Amino acid sequence: MVHSPHEPDSASGERAPPYGLAPIRLNSIYLFGTVNARGSLQERSPSLLDELEARSIAILREAYFRVWPLVMLWSMGKDSTALLWLARKAFFGDVPFPVVLLDTDMELPEVYRFRDELAAAWKLDVKNELCPPEASIDPTLPPAARAAARKTAGLRALIERGKYRGVIVGIRRDEQATRAKERVFSPRAPDGAWDVKRQPAELWDVYHTDVPDGHHLRIHPLLHWTEVDVWRYTQRENIPIVPLYLARDGKRYRSLGEKNITVPIDSHAATIADIIAELETTTTSERAGRVMDHEAEDAFERLRTGGYM
Amino acid sequence: MSLAERERPAQVRVVVVGHVDHGKSTLIGRLLHDTGNLSELRLQEIRAAGERRGVPFEWSFVLDALQSERDQAVTIETTRIWLRLPQRDLVLIDAPGHTEFLRNMVTGASEADEALLVVDAHEGVSEQTRRHALLLELIGVRHAVVAISKMDLVNFSEQRYRQVRQELAELFERIGIAAQTFVPVVARDGENVAGPSGNMPWYTGPTVLNAIAALEPRPQAAGASLRIAVQGVLRRNIERIIVGRDAAGTIAAGDEVLISPSRVRARVRSIESWPPDGRDAARQGDAVGFTLDGPAFVDRGDIISSPVGAPVPATELRTRLVWLGRKPLARGDRLSLRMGARLANVEVKTLERVIDIDSLDAGGTEAALANDVAQVVFKSRDVLAVDTVADHAALARFVLIDGLDIVGGGTVLAALDAPNAATNDLVPVGHLFDRYQRAWRNGHRGAVIWLTGLPAAGKSTLAMLAEQKLFERGFQTYVLDGDNVRSGLGSDLGFSHDDRSENIRRVGEVAALFADAGTIAIAAFISPYRADRDRARRAAGTAFHEVYVKADASVCEARDPKGHYRQARAGTLKDFTGITGDYEPPLRPDLVIDTGVISPPDAAAQLLEYIERVVRLESGATRSRRRS
Repeated sequence: MVHSPHEPDSASGERAPPYGLAPIRLNSIYLFGTVNARGSLQERSPSLLDELEARSIAILREAYFRVWPLVMLWSMGKDSTALLWLARKAFFGDVPFPVVLLDTDMELPEVYRFRDELAAAWKLDVKNELCPPEASIDPTLPPAARAAARKTAGLRALIERGKYRGVIVGIRRDEQATRAKERVFSPRAPDGAWDVKRQPAELWDVYHTDVPDGHHLRIHPLLHWTEVDVWRYTQRENIPIVPLYLARDGKRYRSLGEKNITVPIDSHAATIADIIAELETTTTSERAGRVMDHEAEDAFERLRTGGYM
Repeated sequence: MSLAERERPAQVRVVVVGHVDHGKSTLIGRLLHDTGNLSELRLQEIRAAGERRGVPFEWSFVLDALQSERDQAVTIETTRIWLRLPQRDLVLIDAPGHTEFLRNMVTGASEADEALLVVDAHEGVSEQTRRHALLLELIGVRHAVVAISKMDLVNFSEQRYRQVRQELAELFERIGIAAQTFVPVVARDGENVAGPSGNMPWYTGPTVLNAIAALEPRPQAAGASLRIAVQGVLRRNIERIIVGRDAAGTIAAGDEVLISPSRVRARVRSIESWPPDGRDAARQGDAVGFTLDGPAFVDRGDIISSPVGAPVPATELRTRLVWLGRKPLARGDRLSLRMGARLANVEVKTLERVIDIDSLDAGGTEAALANDVAQVVFKSRDVLAVDTVADHAALARFVLIDGLDIVGGGTVLAALDAPNAATNDLVPVGHLFDRYQRAWRNGHRGAVIWLTGLPAAGKSTLAMLAEQKLFERGFQTYVLDGDNVRSGLGSDLGFSHDDRSENIRRVGEVAALFADAGTIAIAAFISPYRADRDRARRAAGTAFHEVYVKADASVCEARDPKGHYRQARAGTLKDFTGITGDYEPPLRPDLVIDTGVISPPDAAAQLLEYIERVVRLESGATRSRRRS
C-alpha cells in the first residue's frame, strides 16, 4: 500500500526527509517554506490547523470504511490538492481510491502540466473524465453557468459508469453561500440533484451514509475549512500548488476555473505568505473571478441543486 | 513536536438560536456589518436584490442564501459565517428557528461550543425558546450568551429586561445551562450589538460582540481516561494499523490498552503517521493510527481505552433523545442505533417520559412525536461498550436510523445492565471473545445472507453459485434451502400458512447459529411474509442481510422450471406464492438483485461482491491494492 518509511522516496530518488521538508522539485510546481515549514504559522493558530486536519482525516477514513465504491475529484486547485495530501496522510501514503479530473478541455495549460507532474511524483491513479459538450447542456442556464454545468454532466456520467456510491469533493462552506448549507455526507438523487430543502439531520460526527440504490453521497472533508486555512496548511505542509495562484505582472488567480469562465484578480501576492497577508485584509469574495456565480442571483444555487460540486 | 507544545484550537463555534422572528438573522447580519466582515459590495448586491423584489431591506438577506429562503423570508437550512475579530476567529452557526426545520437547528447546534440565544423582549420566553434550550443541553452546549432583542418595542424598559432575564435564568437553571450575560439589544439599529446604546444607559454590561468574543473554547478534560472509537484497520505490508479519532486521553507506544467489548488487553507497539515524523504519542483530538503487539483482534466499532475506567459492556441503555421521525416513537419500536463506529439493532424497551415543553416536567409515556425530547430505554441485541454522557460525552452520542432515514439523536445517560462497577475491570465477556476468535481464525465474519423472492426468481441458482465461489475463495459457507431443510428440520411441517411460518422460524434460528459459529449461511427461501423475515433478522441481529431476488412475476412464470406456476394456474397447486398467495416484498432490503434484467453470472457477482464486503474483518484489508 505504501512504501516503508525507511525506503528512499521514489519521486526524487532521495531519502524521505523529515516531516515538512518535501523533496519534490518540479518546473511547474511551487514549493515554499522548505527551511522550516511550520515556523511562523505556529504563533497564529497551530492547533487550529491540527484540529481541521484531524477532522478531515477522520471523515476520509469514515468514507473509506463505509462507502464503496468511492472516487475523489481533483481539480488541481489548492483545495482539492490539499485534500489529496490529507488523503495520503489518512491512508499512510497511498490514496486508496481513484482520483478523477472532470475535464472540459478548457483548463489552463499550467493546470494540465501540474496534474501530470504531481500524478507522477505522488504516484496517483488519475483518471480523466471528458465532459460532454456544451451543446448538450440545459440552454436556459446563463452562458458561463452552462459552460460550468458540463462538469455536472461529466460527473453524472462518471458515477453511472463506476456505480460510485461516494464522491469526495473539496468544497468549503466559506466559499459560497449555498455551499455553507451543505452536509459533510450529502445524499444525492440518481441524477445528482441536491434536495437542499430536505437534507437529513447530521449530528456531531456520527455520520449517516445509507442511501437507496442508485443514489450517492457527496462527501465533503474540507467543508469546515476557510480559504486562509487552506493556504496556511498548504504552506505548513509544503503542498505543491499551480503557479497561477501567485501574482505575475500584478495579476493572480484566486480561484482556478476553466479559462473561458475565470478571470484573475489584481494582486501582488508572489508567495503563499503574501497570499495569507492579502486575505487578512480583503473583503472581496474568493469566487469573485468565477463568472458563473454572478450571472444571476440564483445562478450558482441552480448549478448546485442540479448536481454541480 | 511534544504534546505540551500544542495548544487548544483558538476558534470558537457559536450557534445562534431562538424563536422564529425573534431577530436572529438580523442580529447576525448586523454583527457582520459592524465588525467590518461584510463588504460594501455585498451589501449593495443585497440591497439591489431587495429592490428588484420590491421588499424593504432586511439584514437577514445577508444569510438567507437560498432562493426559497429569500422568497419566504425564512431561514430553512443552517449555515456558517466566519467572523474575524481582533481577539479570535469566531464561527457563527445560524440555525433556523422554525419548528419545521428543527433537524437543521439540531444539526447546526451539534457543531457548536457555545450558544447565542436570541429572545424577543416583547414576547419573552416562548415554547421554541424552551425547546431550543432543552436541545442545546441535550446536544452538549452548556454555555449561552443571551441577546434580549427588540428592546425598542418595550420602550427600552429596564424593568422588562429584568423580567425576561429572570424568566430565562430560571429556565436555564432547570435545564442545566450556564448563562451569565444577558444583553439588551436593538439589532436592527446596532444598539448594544457591536457598539453602545444611547437609549439604554441603565445597561452597563458588555455588547453582544464583546460577550461572544470573550467566549473560550471548551477546555478539554485533563487526564481523562483514553477513548478511541476504532474506525477500522488499514493494512500496510504485514502491519495492521488501527485508526480512529482520539476522543479523550493520550496514547503512547508501550501503553497497555483494553479492547472493548471483547475486553482483551494489548500493548501499543507504535504510533503511526505519514509522512513519518517520529511521534510516539497522540492526544485528544488527533486522528490516530497505531499498531498493537501480539495477535489481539481489533475491528471497526471497538473501543480502545485504558485498562482502568473502561467503558462497560451493556445491552440496556437509558438515553435522552430528540425524536425527528414522522411516525411517533413508541414502546416495542425497532431501530438501528449508530454510536460512533458502532451500529446496533435496538428495541424501545420503555418510553420513560416525554418532556412537556411548557412545564419542562415529565409528560406522557405513550409516544414521542416529531421534535419531542424523551427519555427512552433501549434494549440492544448486541453487547455494546458503553460510556455515559457524564463521563465521555463524545462516545455517548448516537443517532437513530429507521430504514434509510435519520429519525433522532441523543446521548446515553446510563447503562442499566452493566456488571457491578467494582468487578467491571476484571470480568471478560466470554462469548463475545469466542465469536471474535472464530472470525479471526476464519478470516471473515459469519453472516446470514437471506435470499427472498418469488418462486423461480433465481434464489437457489444464485445461492449455489455464490456458495461455490465463496468455498473456492476459502470462506466457510453453507446453503440452507427447501431441499435440505424440509427433509429433516421441517419434516413435520406442511405448507399451510402456520407451517410455512414455523419452517421459516426454524431456518432463521439455524442460520443464526451457523453465523454465530462463523459460517456464511445462505438461506434461499421464498419466505413471503415480512413478519417471518423480520423474526429471522432478530435471530441473527446485525449478521443478518436481506437480499431481495427480484424478478417480475411474468418473468418467473415464464421460467417456471418446476412447473409450479402452470399447476397453480390450473388450480392443482393451492396457495402458490405469486399466483394465489401473496408475496410481501422487502421494504428495505440490504441488497436488490434483479434477475429479470441481469444474467445469473452477473447476479452472482453482485451477490458475491456484497457478501465479501459485509463479512470482511477489516474494511480495506482485503481490497485490491495498486501497490502493496
